Amino acid sequence: MSFAQSDLSAMFLTVKLASTVTIILLIIGTPIAWWLSKTNSIFKGFINSLIALPLVLPPTVLGFYCLILMSPKGLIGQITNYIGLGSLTFTFWGLVVASVFYSLPFVVQPIQNSFETIGTRPLEIAATAGSSPLDTFMTVVLPLAKPGFLTAAILGFVHTVGEFGVVLMIGGNIPGETQVVSVQIYEHVEALDYSTAHSLSMVMVLFSFTVLLVLNYLQRSNKTTLF
Amino acid sequence: MMPMKAIVKEFERTNKNKISLIFGSSGKLYAQIKNGAPYQAFFSADQVKPKILCNENIGLKKSLFTYATGRLALWSSQKNMVTNDFSILSNLNFNKLSLANPRLAPYGYAAKEVLIHLNLLKTTRSKWVQGENISQAYQFVYTANADIGFIALAQIMKNEIISKGSYWLVPENFHSPIYQDAVLIKKSLLGRRFFDFFKTQKVKNILKSYGYSL
Repeated sequence: MSFAQSDLSAMFLTVKLASTVTIILLIIGTPIAWWLSKTNSIFKGFINSLIALPLVLPPTVLGFYCLILMSPKGLIGQITNYIGLGSLTFTFWGLVVASVFYSLPFVVQPIQNSFETIGTRPLEIAATAGSSPLDTFMTVVLPLAKPGFLTAAILGFVHTVGEFGVVLMIGGNIPGETQVVSVQIYEHVEALDYSTAHSLSMVMVLFSFTVLLVLNYLQRSNKTTLF
Repeated sequence: MMPMKAIVKEFERTNKNKISLIFGSSGKLYAQIKNGAPYQAFFSADQVKPKILCNENIGLKKSLFTYATGRLALWSSQKNMVTNDFSILSNLNFNKLSLANPRLAPYGYAAKEVLIHLNLLKTTRSKWVQGENISQAYQFVYTANADIGFIALAQIMKNEIISKGSYWLVPENFHSPIYQDAVLIKKSLLGRRFFDFFKTQKVKNILKSYGYSL
């Protein structure tokens, strides 16, 4: 299997997008998950539903609203233009922002679940032993929640790799900037170039399966060592 | 899309039969038909795909006809942005130029030919944003994400009037003609009747009011 330069650059771009999104999601997803796992606020249900929305909504809805809100006349577009970033549509960072929303539940939910599983007992013990909250979080919570973080990172990554509808709506198919693998495959299919579409698709299938397989075994080994 | 809806509405006014329209890019519809989609007729945006269907014995060769010739326009949803020429393309006074993917869409291919004809392919290249089809190229300009874009005249014209923004009608000799062919998929009374109807003056007038040249 050999690939054209444009296909290779699409693969590189996809990995770059998914890595960037995963890192951002772990940073913003952790405090959200922590808050959700601890709070009894009446807003909990509201925030939970908001985060889960991308699970239910068709990507076209998200893409359509991104296209409108990120346009120079839209709310987000006016803000980004005001602070000198320009419009986000047709840019790599536009895809990053859209993907962060799109993959948010896949990162927040596993972390939230693992925080909830830990419960309050270990925190109380740490507090009695004189540990500060930050210390407790770093030395008690994070190690215990490791499987949740691993699942979150991998799911966030592969879900972004598999993203299509949103990118199609706001990407504009720019090589090296917004032309990711899923869109590239679509173009090959549309152009009736089925053999190239097939090779790229095979790479996607093998890659995704391998990642999920690794995830499965990692979770299992974590379970066997923990219990 | 809009002209087709108008034509079907006109057809259904005088016929008992109802027609369901399925819209999509020609490439996708071709693939669906080839794999047995239950469509009776195929109105393509080009000449190539209906011809392939005939060669593959899926389309009826004798039903093949050119139902319209598309006109290309350079359009902006903002007033006074596009003067009635291509000067904006040469002075690069825009953020993005939207066009349909030339590899997939006949209008996109024609747009690329125009840029080659004007010797502006290289200078504009970095400002291109491509829609997967002409509807998306239109959408990028309509939502003002792209200042200007090559679109089908039929997308902005109704009753021979352009209702929004500013445009330049690209002269037909700047690109190869955008012939659009239709073909019947299998013997079908309704399909045939609709094809006959499509060749009447009534339909030609509708197409003309949307800016198609015939």
